[in-house]
Amino acid sequence: MSNPTYTVIFYLFAALTVFSAAFVVFTRNVIYSAFSLLFTFFGVAALYVFLSVDFIAVTQVVVYVGGILVLLLFGVMFTNGIMQTGQKSEVFHIIPGTVLLFGTIGALLYTFYTSHGWMPSETTLQGSIVERIGFETMSRYVLPFEMVSILLLAALIGAAFLARFEKSGK
Amino acid sequence: MEQLTTIGLNHYLTISAILLGFGLFAVMTRKNAIVVLMGVELILNAANINFLAFSKYNGGMEGVMFALFVIVIAAAEAAIALAIVINIFKIFKSVDVSKIDSMKE
Repeated sequence: MSNPTYTVIFYLFAALTVFSAAFVVFTRNVIYSAFSLLFTFFGVAALYVFLSVDFIAVTQVVVYVGGILVLLLFGVMFTNGIMQTGQKSEVFHIIPGTVLLFGTIGALLYTFYTSHGWMPSETTLQGSIVERIGFETMSRYVLPFEMVSILLLAALIGAAFLARFEKSGK
Repeated sequence: MEQLTTIGLNHYLTISAILLGFGLFAVMTRKNAIVVLMGVELILNAANINFLAFSKYNGGMEGVMFALFVIVIAAAEAAIALAIVINIFKIFKSVDVSKIDSMKE
């Protein structure tokens, strides 16, 4: 677990995630934010691989990068106009926002690093978990699975209904 | 030094806390509704990292399944939120959340 290559690669992906997330938040250009979010999602997917949940990592890439990010980019293009240069995102409440940022991070990190109560289990997750996810989905979590599929269908129909073009006669 | 070179639970929790802070900052300070949505996505990713990290070091599958459902809900949330933002843009010709303060057209 503590071989140097593993550690170095972990820190590389951690830095990628954190710095691109910072860029998402601190840049003023909405397009830059959206493309920086791409790197954040990829970095998080790499961290999922480190956590030995390969299936979730692939799902993250497919759903977030392939779906949500394209949707966000579509929203940026649609609401700003591609040729328009005023894609700046104004900032307000900067003082409370900064206080919240450092307060949250500081409080959470203080709690994590001063409580020595984490006791890792003897049987941590190892190897691929695709098979176990399949078993869990079809046995213990079959009701949430079906409910979430109905929710997704309803959400997509609702989104298509909300974003449709108005009839000219109305 | 041993703490730094051996990747443990605290590393993942640190990344997650930083992402949560950035997400809250974006939601709090940005006027563009799309960037606010990006902040919400950052917060959801932070929660997912926490679930998966605790699930790995606990050895159970609960966190993994919960993370899977969080991703599905995030997809539904993004679709609905984008539809609402596009409707707001049609009505107000702007996505500035500090200017949208009336409930009727």
